[in-house]
Amino acid sequence: MKALKTIHSRFVPVNIENIDTDQIIPARFLKATTKDGFGKNLFRDWRYENDDESKPKKDFPLNQPQYSGEILVGAKNFGCGSSREHAAWSILDAGFRVVISSFFADIFKNNALNNGVLPVQVSEDFLQKIFALGSDATLTVDLESQTITIDQSGESETFDINNYKKTCLLNGYDDIDYLMSMQKEIEAFELARN
Amino acid sequence: MGKTLFEKIWDKHIVSKIDGGPSVFYIDRHFIHEVTSPQAFTGLNKRGIKALRPKQVVATPDHNVPTIDQHLPIKEELSRLQVETLKQNCIDHGIEMYGLGHPFQGIVHVVGPELGITQPGMTIVCGDSHTSTHGAFGSIAFGIGTSEVEMVLATQCLMQSKPKIMRINVDGKLNKGVVSKDIVLYILSKITASGATGHAVEFAGSAIRSLSMEARMTICNMSIEMGARCGMIAPDDTTFEYIKGRKFAPQGAEWDKKLAEWKELYSDADATFDSELNLKAEDIEPMITYGTNPGMGIGITGRVPELKEIDEKEKASFEKSLQYMGLEPGINIKGRKVDYVFIGSCTNSRIEDLRMVANFVKGKKKADGVEVWIVPGSKQVEKQAIEEGIDKVLLEAGFYLRQPGCSACLAMNEDKIPAGKYCISTSNRNFEGRQGAGARTLLASPLTAAAAAVTGVVTDVRELLN
Repeated sequence: MKALKTIHSRFVPVNIENIDTDQIIPARFLKATTKDGFGKNLFRDWRYENDDESKPKKDFPLNQPQYSGEILVGAKNFGCGSSREHAAWSILDAGFRVVISSFFADIFKNNALNNGVLPVQVSEDFLQKIFALGSDATLTVDLESQTITIDQSGESETFDINNYKKTCLLNGYDDIDYLMSMQKEIEAFELARN
Repeated sequence: MGKTLFEKIWDKHIVSKIDGGPSVFYIDRHFIHEVTSPQAFTGLNKRGIKALRPKQVVATPDHNVPTIDQHLPIKEELSRLQVETLKQNCIDHGIEMYGLGHPFQGIVHVVGPELGITQPGMTIVCGDSHTSTHGAFGSIAFGIGTSEVEMVLATQCLMQSKPKIMRINVDGKLNKGVVSKDIVLYILSKITASGATGHAVEFAGSAIRSLSMEARMTICNMSIEMGARCGMIAPDDTTFEYIKGRKFAPQGAEWDKKLAEWKELYSDADATFDSELNLKAEDIEPMITYGTNPGMGIGITGRVPELKEIDEKEKASFEKSLQYMGLEPGINIKGRKVDYVFIGSCTNSRIEDLRMVANFVKGKKKADGVEVWIVPGSKQVEKQAIEEGIDKVLLEAGFYLRQPGCSACLAMNEDKIPAGKYCISTSNRNFEGRQGAGARTLLASPLTAAAAAVTGVVTDVRELLN
């Protein structure tokens, strides 16, 4: 997993509530047996008319050249529905390292963190301030201090992340490395309960 | 102070705890399928390690399999490769797999319970959000991502933080024509698609207690649609009778020992919950959804909300949803034409669901212009249905039974609803494009779906019941 410390970037706003993982990556793209190449199908059916790449939907932010950056912003209850980690893979593969919302679904949040994508939960008010910004605005997300700042106005908010996950992300550690270091304890636990 | 059902199971599965962080959480049973496991095995292979406890893992292909002609090679190349990859990975890691044609193959959340693999007090995971289904047995069961599938294969553990705990009580007697699917759609309409996020939900109350195991599974299955980490119901005699004698159920002295343990699995009278919701069974009528998340449901005689009833911040999403569905605010959707009926999925594809449908359609005929797909949840369900003559009843009414798989619930295989068409579906999600790009899904119970299959329109099933 790639470490993440500070992201300073423009953002892509998708102001829709309850964005489920079927929208992030439709099921027909889940037939792959690798983690690569999902980015081009991120929000596939919101991006193109009739699944046709030559017909991008002009009103969708990912198709609007003024929006760019490593930060994706969605409205409340981002990532609900299916547990498919392909959603996190497609967001990462499309170049995003941070997703901002006022509320995240549990499984998506874990999947994002396990892939070095930081979910930043902000207040509903702060989220609306971000959506109201122009396309040239930038945000700074600093994991060490757990703050998100609107650079132009200096307004900022702190966000929650548990210390363990924070350490993992700051250093690029995976859960699996930690769990494998616990093998002796796990075996002792199994013995004790039998 | 007393403990909740959740806490009793949780506490017994903590291997170690990190200060201010998550716990190393032990997993008893791990189900895997073809779609969310290949990259996990690639991870293990890269590390040069094998699955740690292959006997605690069971595999079956379900998401991406055809539901006709399963004896033939899968036509679609990528789907075939995915199913073959699962088979090879299971061979390499010593994992039991019920492949296509095997008498135990089926939707993973139908297979686990019917084989007695799912038992009270267990921790159960699968790379599928509807793993919450298994909580109906009084277990902690939840969906995980592929990185976590890899962790469980490698270490039989996950890093988990303890969620908050919510109890939803449904008391009273269900009205005629109202079944467990209606209960869960009603709960969803009350608390929304994010109403239980961050919580483990225990379903309790006399109406829940009165349900069969299969009906309980339908409710726990859709707890993820409220955002819940897991849904669970305390085990009781209904649970124990269901499990007893199943293939992998404990036998003899082991049964007695387990039964004694299982009888301790309930929330103590003085246990405290972070939140609690009380609902009356009598208030529930047959439900149907009108929007693009499962929280957007109404009673069959109800109206789609007016725009003015919607919170200002949510208006844009609400309008987008209705536009996708081709519906207007304020309307009643009873009587609207239906193009497809899908009866199946891990929510409603068990033998009781098929019996319910067969009993209802017996002596009736499929409406013209409606395409009906009935997909059993497993080979065992299919076999039982044939033994009971359900297939013949369906055939006489103009429907036929397909072969087991997830099918049109997520439209990964060929079973896709065409763009713009309306489908009454017994599945769990009405998301945009879920049943095929542009498809419009109306979630309902098997009874309400069967009623639409014979009338061709959204119907109040109570008007057709004796």
